[in-house]
Amino acid sequence: MSVQRGEFCAIVGPTGCGKSTTLSLITGLLKPTTGTVRVMGQPVNGIDPRIGFVFQNDAIFPWRDVISNVASGPMFRGQDPKQAKSLAQDWLRRVGLEKFPLHYPHQLSGGMRKRVALAQTFINSPEILLMDEPFSALDMQTRTVMQDELLQLWAASGGSVVFVTHDLEEAIALADKVIVLTARPATVKHIYEIDLPRPRVMSEVRYDEAFIHYAREIWDDLRAEVKIG
Amino acid sequence: MSTETQDRSLASARAHAVKDTLAQAEAEALRLVKRRARLIVFWRLAILFGVLGGWEFAATVGWIDPFFYSKPSLIAMQIYEWSLHGTSQGPLWLQVAVTLEETLIGFFIGGTAGIVCGILLGRNQFLADIFSVYIKIANSIPRVVLGSIFVIALGLGMASKVALAVVMVFFVVFGNAFQGVREADRYMIANAQILGASPRQVTTQVVIPSALSWILASLHVSFGFALVGAVVGEFLGARVGIGLLIATAQGAFNASGVFAAMIVLAVVALMAEYLITYIEGRLLKWRPAQFSA
Repeated sequence: MSVQRGEFCAIVGPTGCGKSTTLSLITGLLKPTTGTVRVMGQPVNGIDPRIGFVFQNDAIFPWRDVISNVASGPMFRGQDPKQAKSLAQDWLRRVGLEKFPLHYPHQLSGGMRKRVALAQTFINSPEILLMDEPFSALDMQTRTVMQDELLQLWAASGGSVVFVTHDLEEAIALADKVIVLTARPATVKHIYEIDLPRPRVMSEVRYDEAFIHYAREIWDDLRAEVKIG
Repeated sequence: MSTETQDRSLASARAHAVKDTLAQAEAEALRLVKRRARLIVFWRLAILFGVLGGWEFAATVGWIDPFFYSKPSLIAMQIYEWSLHGTSQGPLWLQVAVTLEETLIGFFIGGTAGIVCGILLGRNQFLADIFSVYIKIANSIPRVVLGSIFVIALGLGMASKVALAVVMVFFVVFGNAFQGVREADRYMIANAQILGASPRQVTTQVVIPSALSWILASLHVSFGFALVGAVVGEFLGARVGIGLLIATAQGAFNASGVFAAMIVLAVVALMAEYLITYIEGRLLKWRPAQFSA
């Protein structure tokens, strides 16, 4: 499988087929036993600074307040703390958390924590954004809002996204391309180009004729794999 | 027009009524909370006076022999006597100061060494594999016995007591620091790495903060251990200190003296406990408040 620059690519597949492992391989957190992973033509060798990763669970730091959490990336990379904080303030505004810079994560709701995680990742302006079921722990309404915000942030950033999910509708609604994996051992089964107009609005796109058509087609494909898995 | 004003005054009256009911409910809830707090204080005092009074009474009427078990009034008199006229080995404050000094030095050295070693071994699998077996062995030795060795090797002065306190503290703090480092959330570490943290930054800014609650928890327990180390060290041979006071009182069959020294130690330990709790609260202010039953 390959992902083009600026493309939004979603990966769906039966549980345990290695979706999360694929992302870890791209980041360089794991090393492949055989074969190679290439990012921008170069084999992956360690963690690439151009990559951003949004985790399924909360991975923000509970002992840092919101603004320090968002400023983590630039500060780890050696930027002046003052500059990093003002950049973080800017990103907090973009995700709508400008009123909570000094709150600690435990004082925030799940959706707000997810926004912190998004700001924390986007502040590094990653060229490749990897997301591992980032919204699966959120309730339906919050998830829809967050999906819209993700699309806006992505459209402004111009980077590529690899989005792993078990939610087929989420995959179709967000992505340019949906990759269906087979049950273990995972191989790429089909690649679907999703030709829905952008900008998309989450709460509306799922009633689109074309959307329903895609959903039915991909679900038929996926169902066979889920049964084997 | 008039109906509109009427409506408005009606609505405002209703709002007032709601506000009044809320204020009443709040006052009622506050009253219950206060009553509960008073009740708790009452029962605490009742139990204290019940136990002490029962002890005093039983010793006075002869149900228990005050020669062996003393009684509260005798213990209080002993403490009063000590603080007024000093003990057989010098003023009381000196005994407390010496024991406290030994405890604090031992606590500090043992705690620091435990934290450093715990983090080092927790972050370095190779070192952990080499040393884990030795630490298990050392941990299974009853360490109080080492006190005898320390008294022989380091003499009757402060060094032997400090050494025993260090040994008592080290393993507790080490074990917790090691465990805390190992339990650091791997997603959080991965997140820091991807955000650009170097291995060193991961250790100082992710692993250590997340191990901090483990480490601080161990400091509560280990301060008590340091005190035990210092007192047992004095017990085994010393010229000054609360431990020696206890040993002397024991030799003179002075039960009141033993209890009195015990109470002095308890006061010291309680003050240290409050201090550690205060520091912990400051360091862990990011943690959510615990649910209380």
